[in-house]
Amino acid sequence: MAIKPNTAFLASYQIYVALFFVFLAAPLVAAGMFAFNDSQFPSLPWQGFTLDWFFNDSEPKLGMFHDRRLLRGLYYSFVIASGVSLLSVFVGTCNAFLFVRCKFPAKDFFYIMMVLPLVIPGVILGISILLLASNIANGAEEALSLDLDFLRPGIVLVVLGQFSFITTITSLVIIARLKKFDASMEEAAYNLGASRVRVLRTITLPFLFPAMAAAGIVAFLVSFENFNTTLFLVGSEAPLTITMYDRMVKVGSTPVLNAVSFFLMIGSALLALVSILVQRDKPQT
Amino acid sequence: MKQRDIKRLSLILLFAPFALWILLLIVLPHLGMFYISLREKVAPRTYEFGLENYINFFAEPIYWNTLIRTGSMSLLVTVLALLLGFPIAYYIAKIAGHRSRGALFLMCLIPLWVSDLIRAFGWILLLRETGIISSSLQWAGLVSTPVEFLYNDATVIMGLVYTVILFMIVPLVSTLDGMDDAMVEAGYNLGGNGPTVLRRIIIPYAMPGIVSGCIVVFMLTAGSYLTPILLGGKNSSWFTEQIYDQFITRYNWESGAAFGFLLLAFTSLVVWGGLKLSGQTLNSTVARS
Repeated sequence: MAIKPNTAFLASYQIYVALFFVFLAAPLVAAGMFAFNDSQFPSLPWQGFTLDWFFNDSEPKLGMFHDRRLLRGLYYSFVIASGVSLLSVFVGTCNAFLFVRCKFPAKDFFYIMMVLPLVIPGVILGISILLLASNIANGAEEALSLDLDFLRPGIVLVVLGQFSFITTITSLVIIARLKKFDASMEEAAYNLGASRVRVLRTITLPFLFPAMAAAGIVAFLVSFENFNTTLFLVGSEAPLTITMYDRMVKVGSTPVLNAVSFFLMIGSALLALVSILVQRDKPQT
Repeated sequence: MKQRDIKRLSLILLFAPFALWILLLIVLPHLGMFYISLREKVAPRTYEFGLENYINFFAEPIYWNTLIRTGSMSLLVTVLALLLGFPIAYYIAKIAGHRSRGALFLMCLIPLWVSDLIRAFGWILLLRETGIISSSLQWAGLVSTPVEFLYNDATVIMGLVYTVILFMIVPLVSTLDGMDDAMVEAGYNLGGNGPTVLRRIIIPYAMPGIVSGCIVVFMLTAGSYLTPILLGGKNSSWFTEQIYDQFITRYNWESGAAFGFLLLAFTSLVVWGGLKLSGQTLNSTVARS
């Protein structure tokens, strides 16, 4: 400890930190706990514990695992997130090699271009991609009478829209790892007569793998919970966040939304845990 | 010679995905948006070029008032996030023990793994008229009728601070982590007291982290959509709401594009001003690697 402040100051400091974490947890606890309340409304008083909001199969307390629209939303979210995650890890890995290993003119400029998507408001990303895709689709239809359906709002555009800024995140994660790589390991392999492809496959990629897996998980989660960009690009295949928002605005809050929230929180927590475990360095022997 | 060709080839192969991504999904869409924002609809399917959409924006006070309101509230959120987040980041980086440090840092990240929607939903359940806080207050006998905490500016600001504060804490922790404790000790040994050490040593050292956190927080706040709508209700007047309205409700893409471009230009201008004032560059802060 650097400073030795007096105990009263330190105590109030610690109380502030504790209060801050209560503040962080409060809405999550509120969203989670009403999933188990045996009532039609997510509010106090507490009516007793139930799992109906997960498993009950009939109205008026239709559980989330029997709610067809929520399940469909979950399925589309899963498809979209998997696509985004694979694409963005691939491009992120290429970017890592590009920015860590290669020399080319205007590198600093391109690096800023790579970071930029992270600070562009998600709403703007959504509308600008929507505008471009629609204009291309309209142009193709008028000039060539081609029906480019994938450029209309729908799953492909949602994947592209999310990919456009999530790739920055995956690139930054993988770049950080590649920078730690000890180049002498590759040199040793070359000296032993290994080919470039073999070195990449047996030494460099295994070293990068934890970061790639972690980046993939982060991409998956960010895609799963994205709303702002998705809102403008969504077609009939609405992912879960959009379905939930619709339900919230049209039906009002019902405990089934708490059940979904609880389910998503647990799912994210598990995935986050996995990403931390794969990134943890194994003790070198 | 062959070695150089391989290098060349791999550079091109690695550059291609990057170039396709940035060009097709970032640069072209934004140029397209700018182009469309300059079109005026004069008759169905006939367009003319001009500044009509931008003139409309400035002629209608409600539009630019919303933009200014969004900007100033985002600045307030940024300042609050910095004031509230700095002590937390300092605690995690410098005061907490080795073991609790990692745990505390992870706890800060928890909201990141939960959707905006769920966080806002949680706040609604806490703060609405029939919500947990209102019923607890009634139960404790502090108030006699239900209290509505939602749909006011203070709640919107609190909700936004909640949503973005971890983007302030994370860069702060990583800069403060690199600070040598000896610097702070030296400050005290030379006779400085707490506030002086904070002002003359800690804050200047943490400046890149502060600026980078502020930029990300400001951009995220100004571009946020869900939190103002859900916590502020219909009259939260957030600028992204106007954009959504132009696009989806009025189907006026030309003016929506102009609004989008104005938001981007306005927020970039604020960020640029902030960088100039603090003497930092984008390279030394957000793009710091």
